[in-house]
Amino acid sequence: MLTFIIRRLGTMALTMLCLTLVVFFLVNLEPNLKKLAISQTEMRTTSDQLESWLVKNGYRENFFIRYGQWLGVVKKQPNIDPATGAATPRFRFCDEPSEPAFAGVLQGNFGCSTKFKTSVAAKLFPALGATGILMFWVLVTMVPIALLIGILAGMREGSRLDRTLSVASIATTATPEYVSGVIFTVIFASWLGWLNGSAASASQGITFYNFTLPVMTLAVYGIGYIARMTRASMVEVMTQQYIRTARLKGLSFGNVVVKHALRNALIAPFTVIMLQFPWLLTGVVIVEVMFRYQGFGYTLVEAAGNNDIDLLLGCSLVSVFIVLITQLISDIGYAYLNPRIRVQ
Amino acid sequence: MQIEYIGAFQIVLGVLYQFWPVWLAMAIVLFASFNFRKHLGLYGQLYDSGVGISGVFICFFWLFTAIFASRVAPFDPLAQIPIMKDALPGAIVPDSGKTYLFGGDKLSRDVFSRMVFGSQIVLIIAPAATAFALMVGITLGLPAGYYGGKIDAFLSFLANLVLAFPVILLFYLLVTPGIMDTPIPYAMAGVFFLFPIIFFTVLFYTRFKTRPEKLYPYVGLTLLLGGWVYAGLVFNADPLGIISIDPNQLNIFVAVVFASSPGVFRIVRGLTMDIKTRDYVSAAQTRGERPWYIMLWEILPNARGPLIVDACLRIGYTTILLGTLGYFGLGLAPESPDWGTAIKDASRLLRSFIHPALPPTFALMSFVLGLNLLADALREQSMKD
Repeated sequence: MLTFIIRRLGTMALTMLCLTLVVFFLVNLEPNLKKLAISQTEMRTTSDQLESWLVKNGYRENFFIRYGQWLGVVKKQPNIDPATGAATPRFRFCDEPSEPAFAGVLQGNFGCSTKFKTSVAAKLFPALGATGILMFWVLVTMVPIALLIGILAGMREGSRLDRTLSVASIATTATPEYVSGVIFTVIFASWLGWLNGSAASASQGITFYNFTLPVMTLAVYGIGYIARMTRASMVEVMTQQYIRTARLKGLSFGNVVVKHALRNALIAPFTVIMLQFPWLLTGVVIVEVMFRYQGFGYTLVEAAGNNDIDLLLGCSLVSVFIVLITQLISDIGYAYLNPRIRVQ
Repeated sequence: MQIEYIGAFQIVLGVLYQFWPVWLAMAIVLFASFNFRKHLGLYGQLYDSGVGISGVFICFFWLFTAIFASRVAPFDPLAQIPIMKDALPGAIVPDSGKTYLFGGDKLSRDVFSRMVFGSQIVLIIAPAATAFALMVGITLGLPAGYYGGKIDAFLSFLANLVLAFPVILLFYLLVTPGIMDTPIPYAMAGVFFLFPIIFFTVLFYTRFKTRPEKLYPYVGLTLLLGGWVYAGLVFNADPLGIISIDPNQLNIFVAVVFASSPGVFRIVRGLTMDIKTRDYVSAAQTRGERPWYIMLWEILPNARGPLIVDACLRIGYTTILLGTLGYFGLGLAPESPDWGTAIKDASRLLRSFIHPALPPTFALMSFVLGLNLLADALREQSMKD
């Protein structure tokens, strides 16, 4: 088991290395650098000035050296002001070492955000916290509802209840966040006026009024999928011999479902729920933009829209880490929950 | 000038009337298929269940809407009639007497016509991108599952790499206006569009290797047709000038194929690993068949059931991806009538007007729902066998 985890962690590190290299390559494409230079310099600069801005801030150095500097395996050189000869930070809003030093991600330095004019860490981690709150409420509502629907539907396969719930869950999986978000806003904010169509005020304080719509929108898309997986697993369990034995012993149907079927039926949905995280991540971006909630997704869109190199790299590192760690947890958890599976 | 309105009942009638070519075509197709369903194989079996019929109904509805879009839509999707800005549903255009059935949007275009024309964009890109993703996934997934070992480890690592990317970040990086100045989209298109040609060439070669009279026409035709489409799409140099693609659409297309082919790869790989332990594969191996013959002519036909179901779901998923691209304003032109862009434009103004938001949302939802119902019915049918 331990070697399995270590090997998986090694693959994870390699994956993250490859992905950040790809992202680094894409954000440093010539048109993207131009875009960054234009947005960072004053209006009506000539292309010569743009070029000198890029050279001055070190964007023209060797690609791999810069990637190494970002990663923290190559020493970062201080930026010497040619006029005074003193070391000055490239961007006045965040610190830089005044002498050559390793200052990359491995040392915990995520760099500077050119869009938000602060260090990446100062922007990214509060945003992650905000998204964490959103995710928490989504999971708290989504998981119990989905499991309940799946169990009720899978309890008696082919019954009217099963048909109704199955079609309902297919319908929710067919409704992406940007569709359900619009529909819910129309119903609950525009017509009924019960809820707030914007979650911008949720950064100050979360209330039922401003936070229900984003949570609902995110949860609905996931509910259908988890419910269908739970149903399939429940249906399979209900046809097993031991369920029939329990019934023939004279146990009531409810008793059989709760005591014998449930525990075995919940193994498969566990992995599904863990693997929902990558999906939730995309959903979070859409929902946060739609409801103007200042979280991780909103930061990612802003970073990507403005080609904020360091912030975008930080965002991709975080999201890739979340995806991979949930995969690992789901594998370990699956092996732990299901004694029939032994990890080689 | 005062705008006159028609009532809600007349709007419903008007919409039903506008769709008359669709109803006619659907009546013919559904009636014929229903009567001959016993002879139509898997497709015919769909008509045995309510879920299947509703899935087929919705999918055909949007298919025929896309085909007859210029006949169904009363207005041009880009035409602006200034007086109709934000007009409510059922507003009558003063000059022509025609009606904005679902009202006008903030740029005074007809919401109904835009919804109808939006179906064209979705129904061209989504199935085509899914087909390419299937080709890529199958061509790489078969050897990965069959040989295992190093090939499998390498290809699976690549697939997991792409899958670990959040889709939205991938799109922001790959579908930006700036990237069109670099050769990246064309290089990716060049790689992806090669797969169907490789697939069909190997497919025919393994089958007809010993029968040159059949081999040469099939392979020749594949190379000719494939090369023609390839030249048109990747190099924009079709000698006949028939096939061409807008650079933006090529970019979207490539990004969508890139995002969804690892999923197909994983499914094909899993199916192959399962099927290669069967007796008929051992029989073929004992007979001395080549690996690629076994993969393409023994394993692939037996994996078709789950693959068809997955293809249905995947077209729906691709539709959602296209909508996401539109919603973030990536790739597609800002005035494009596709559903995602329409939802984006309308959702900014929900506080004042809700009517432009509803038609595209329901259109997208119903189309994906139809595909999911279809997939569900197909799965049920394949379980029965």
